[in-house]
Amino acid sequence: MSYRQPAPGTQPPYDAPEYGSTHKRHPKQPLLRIPQTLTETSAPRMRPALYETTHNLAKGPGWEAQGERITVAGRVLDEDGRPVPGAMVEVWQANAAGRYNHERDQHDAPLDPNFKGEGRVFADAEGWYRYTTIRPGAYPWRNHHNAWRPVHIHYSLFGAGFAQRLITQMYFPGDPLLALDPIFNCVPDAAARERLVARFDLDVTEPEHALGYRFDIVLRGRDATPMENRA
Amino acid sequence: MSLPATASQTAGPYWHLIDFPEWADLLHPNGPNAAIEGERIAIEGTVTDGDGAPCADVMVEIWQADPAGSYEGAFHGFGRCATDKAGRFRFVTLKPGPVRTEGNAFQAPHVAISLFARGLLKQLVTRLYFAGEKLNEQDAILNAIPAERRGTVLAQRASDGAWRLDLRLQGEGETVFFEV
Repeated sequence: MSYRQPAPGTQPPYDAPEYGSTHKRHPKQPLLRIPQTLTETSAPRMRPALYETTHNLAKGPGWEAQGERITVAGRVLDEDGRPVPGAMVEVWQANAAGRYNHERDQHDAPLDPNFKGEGRVFADAEGWYRYTTIRPGAYPWRNHHNAWRPVHIHYSLFGAGFAQRLITQMYFPGDPLLALDPIFNCVPDAAARERLVARFDLDVTEPEHALGYRFDIVLRGRDATPMENRA
Repeated sequence: MSLPATASQTAGPYWHLIDFPEWADLLHPNGPNAAIEGERIAIEGTVTDGDGAPCADVMVEIWQADPAGSYEGAFHGFGRCATDKAGRFRFVTLKPGPVRTEGNAFQAPHVAISLFARGLLKQLVTRLYFAGEKLNEQDAILNAIPAERRGTVLAQRASDGAWRLDLRLQGEGETVFFEV
């Protein structure tokens, strides 16, 4: 078995002139296509016994982060719509003021001593994951004059094969900064970009507690080799 | 039903919120591999950009078989390491064995490497092979690399015993990256 190649236009390039950091970091030689072996189709068995879970980034014993509390839920699926049970989902983000709890983040916005901005959950048997956090803030970056990143949460996912490994970002609906963001717009296909935007979901929303957003993630599916296509 | 896979986005400069330095030590005394036997090795190197400047904010991940060449055993062959200010990374692990492949053939011992960073909109994927390994001569993937670039994936034994492989994202001596 092997994993299929991405649909055209659905993944960003390495070389994206509008995103300055790619300039000195993209390979100039073409990638070498290799067959997928066990190394690519197997994957580490990430599990809560080895990797502690954090379902709530917003609140802990004796502390509570500043900001608008939100719950994010969704499914981790493959390209055939099958759940990826046990997928490990890591998230990290800026605080409500748009500042990361990171020594290299020099943005002049307040740190929140009660917000670390990092969490980890696992998809259940049906691929569902869920966590609670605060809505992050937008923040400036130095890619170009007056550049601001749209509000986003970073995601890191492990599936059943190392070839499914994915790092991405979840954006928020209606953000005017999306149209201006080189990172978001490096994905050529408009529908593929749109799938990076969570949607507000009243069913995920917890009454008297937190607004809900739905964000599904699709990992690479198995390569189908239909019988009729065989010689 | 066909849903296109979610688009990749850069890990950005602040991914260290999910950096756990102990993950770079696969033989950590409190980790799952503490009791597993094999040849203990260190894997180290630097990541540099098209100017030859160190990349100080890279997430290096590895995935490898156990000393018997299996991905199914108790050995947890995954590691993550942040490059330091000099672009250096270092893993401590067990040397992987030859991995069975199609037919009765074996792949030479190798370690899969993925790089995530600011400026990488999706991961760069390569492998580390061990110089001098007999099976290197018949490894299909190693042999698919043009001879003059093969050295970019061959770790050399350093004087302190560590296996060293420098990764160059761009330019002279550019590492061979794979499309998998």
